[in-house]
Amino acid sequence: MADSILVDTAERLFGAIITPQVLAAAEHGDFPQAAWDALAEAGLHLGLLPESAGGFGVAPDEALAILRIAGRHALPLPLAETMLAGWLLSSAGLPVPDGPLTIAPGTGLVLSRDGAKWHIAGTARGIAWGRDAAALVVLADVEGCSHVALLSGGYTIEERLNIAREPRNTLVIDAVPDAVAPSPHSALDLRAAGAATRALMIAGSLERITAMTTQYALDRSQFGRPIGRFQAVQHSVATLASQTAAALAAAGIAAESILPTLRLPAIAAAKARGAEAAGIGAALAHQIHGAIGFTYEHTLHFHTKRLHAWRDEYGGEAEWNAYLGRHLAAAGADALWPTLTAI
Amino acid sequence: MSALTFPPPPASDTAEALRADVRAFLAAELADVPATKRMESWSGFDPEFSRKLGARGWIGMTFPTQYGGHGCSNLERYVVIEELLAAGAPVVGHWISDRQSGPSILRFGTEAQKRFFIPKIVAGECFFCIGMSEPNSGSDLASVRTRATKVDGGWLINGTKLWTSQAHQAHYMILFCRSSGTPDDRQNGTSQFLVDMKSTKGMAIRPVHAMTGEHHFNEIHFQDAFIPDDALLGDEGQGWHQVTSELAYERSGPERFLSSFILLVETLRVLGPAPPERAAIAIGRLGAHLVTLRRLSRSVAGMLEAGENPATQASLVKDLGALLEQEIPDIARAIIAIDPPTEATERFAEVLAYTTLHAPSFSLRGGTREILRGIIARGLGLR
Ligand SMILES: Cc1cc2nc3c(=O)[nH]c(=O)nc-3n(C[C@H](O)[C@H](O)[C@H](O)COP(=O)(O)OP(=O)(O)OC[C@H]3O[C@@H](n4cnc5c(N)ncnc54)[C@H](O)[C@@H]3O)c2cc1C
Repeated sequence: MADSILVDTAERLFGAIITPQVLAAAEHGDFPQAAWDALAEAGLHLGLLPESAGGFGVAPDEALAILRIAGRHALPLPLAETMLAGWLLSSAGLPVPDGPLTIAPGTGLVLSRDGAKWHIAGTARGIAWGRDAAALVVLADVEGCSHVALLSGGYTIEERLNIAREPRNTLVIDAVPDAVAPSPHSALDLRAAGAATRALMIAGSLERITAMTTQYALDRSQFGRPIGRFQAVQHSVATLASQTAAALAAAGIAAESILPTLRLPAIAAAKARGAEAAGIGAALAHQIHGAIGFTYEHTLHFHTKRLHAWRDEYGGEAEWNAYLGRHLAAAGADALWPTLTAI
Repeated sequence: MSALTFPPPPASDTAEALRADVRAFLAAELADVPATKRMESWSGFDPEFSRKLGARGWIGMTFPTQYGGHGCSNLERYVVIEELLAAGAPVVGHWISDRQSGPSILRFGTEAQKRFFIPKIVAGECFFCIGMSEPNSGSDLASVRTRATKVDGGWLINGTKLWTSQAHQAHYMILFCRSSGTPDDRQNGTSQFLVDMKSTKGMAIRPVHAMTGEHHFNEIHFQDAFIPDDALLGDEGQGWHQVTSELAYERSGPERFLSSFILLVETLRVLGPAPPERAAIAIGRLGAHLVTLRRLSRSVAGMLEAGENPATQASLVKDLGALLEQEIPDIARAIIAIDPPTEATERFAEVLAYTTLHAPSFSLRGGTREILRGIIARGLGLR
């Protein structure tokens, strides 16, 4: 990904506002409103929208690249979900409300119509920042057709956290949606688009822990010299860097695969490879940081916990590898290479 | 540029248009070649095939037209070589000439050397081998002892080169040796020479059989072997600089992650269109690794095309690539049982055996895993 103005802006902004204090406070339930306001004022969440819906005409891969920057800074905000919600709403021709947004797949929910009147009820689980989002965008089937429903209320929120202590709430919904429209996207599409966002965030996080770990290996001395002078340590850092490179390639693929067309096999490859790199990378970073990296006081955990969370969210390695494997097998042995180069 | 700079691979419509041509050519040429031949990957030798590729304009593609080259971009060359490798085409004859020796001659050679060698290379009729390693100089290449001593009208070569792939079938070698000073001078005082493998006197080529029994590499003994003045490539004493400037080309190409590809194809063939979940996961994982490696490798090709020197990134591609190539036989064996043998798994088992026995070399040749990781660590600032 070329470093666009958007990426530079995101890097500067997140670098300035996402401090260890903000990250710790977020873990204790404080939504970083000031950070959101700064992000929203810069319009960073609008990049995927068409200009008619408030976007500003950047290429989709550039717009998505800011999620890699969000990953670098462990951004404790629903930036990915707000972008996905906007993508769902605008592709269904619905207006996109202001504020942080989140999404829910239709699992556990029933969207129904009685004449002109819509109703939605059920329990949605694992909703990212459900607690803090101004509105919820649901993708649900109605009589076999995919629909988008926008809800600004009508649900109660149960506190749930992911492994990084980010809100992943259970929402008990009984509501009349603000708006409903047919969607061109399936539940699998939404899961894939979510997976693409995580592939980008993982790559950014791995970039960050590679930089932190390299610096630590230069700064920490044992046996009279920096630990980075020991070959065993050098090779571990090199392995971490290699995994980061693979994750960066995966992120590049992910960024090109939501728009203009959603490319599921490409996203499957990107999410599965990124997730694998996340696991290996987090382990190596901890090994090289020693005991200090195991403390709450050190900031490494803000990143490695997110790597573990993002590995699984919107489908982990097993799910997406299986998807890609079935895709390759269906194409057949003699079409393996053309199928791979088409990804 | 940092060690982790990997710009998106540049899009090239010309390169993509070429892909269809190459695929059609290979489909016709290799129609009757079984997987048990294709599995040799870039170790397969077929001079007739090399000549045909030359005739199609697919060797020396990036070389300037004034020497018979085709003036194409690295990206076009990349498409051709990845298609050749994925199809298991027998390319080893001209591989080194196309990848390394030709570019070195173009970069460091005299006008006369360029006029002499490049047209032959482009035609697929001039094969090179690489004379770098010695019995006591493997990873530590700067310690080479083979020596060129200046005499009237040329140089006398004395010493032993080892592991020289294809020396017995090559027309020329690019020899890396000491031309002044002592092994203690390390990188200083080394040079490169273009050695005629067919008519140099005082040179003996002895086969060294690989553990599979194949004759692939050789030991070469030089005893007062005379080579003329015009065999010197580049400047005397600049050998190390010249050798290392080619490493990004040598280490980042698709041959660094496709060596086991034919085994993956045969694995898929045995599994059929609807494999069990466990096998689908394993196949998908290998596919995801291939797709991401290909992107990294094409990104390096783009940087090379832009005139940069992504040496650290190239090492990184080769390290990841060798891990994948070595995992493929292990995973193939885990998802397909070859005992008891069946008709359906017979060919697969043969390809599995071949690939298993070649796998150790993937993280040795072209720079060992440990050496590559050292280079990556240096690129990160740790050394
Ligand atoms: C199939 C094949 C084809 C080849 N073709 C050619 C060819 O055409 N021309 C040519 O010149 N050479 C060729 N080689 C040789 C190849 O370049 C060498 O094998 C390689 O450079 C390693 O040298 P070595 O085998 O002597 O191992 P060594 O250098 O002795 O290494 C042995 C082990 O020690 C490790 N080691 C060495 N130094 C260090 C260090 N500083 N830190 C950590 N670990 C270290 C290595 O990584 C390796 O694991 C070929 C090799 C193979 C396997």
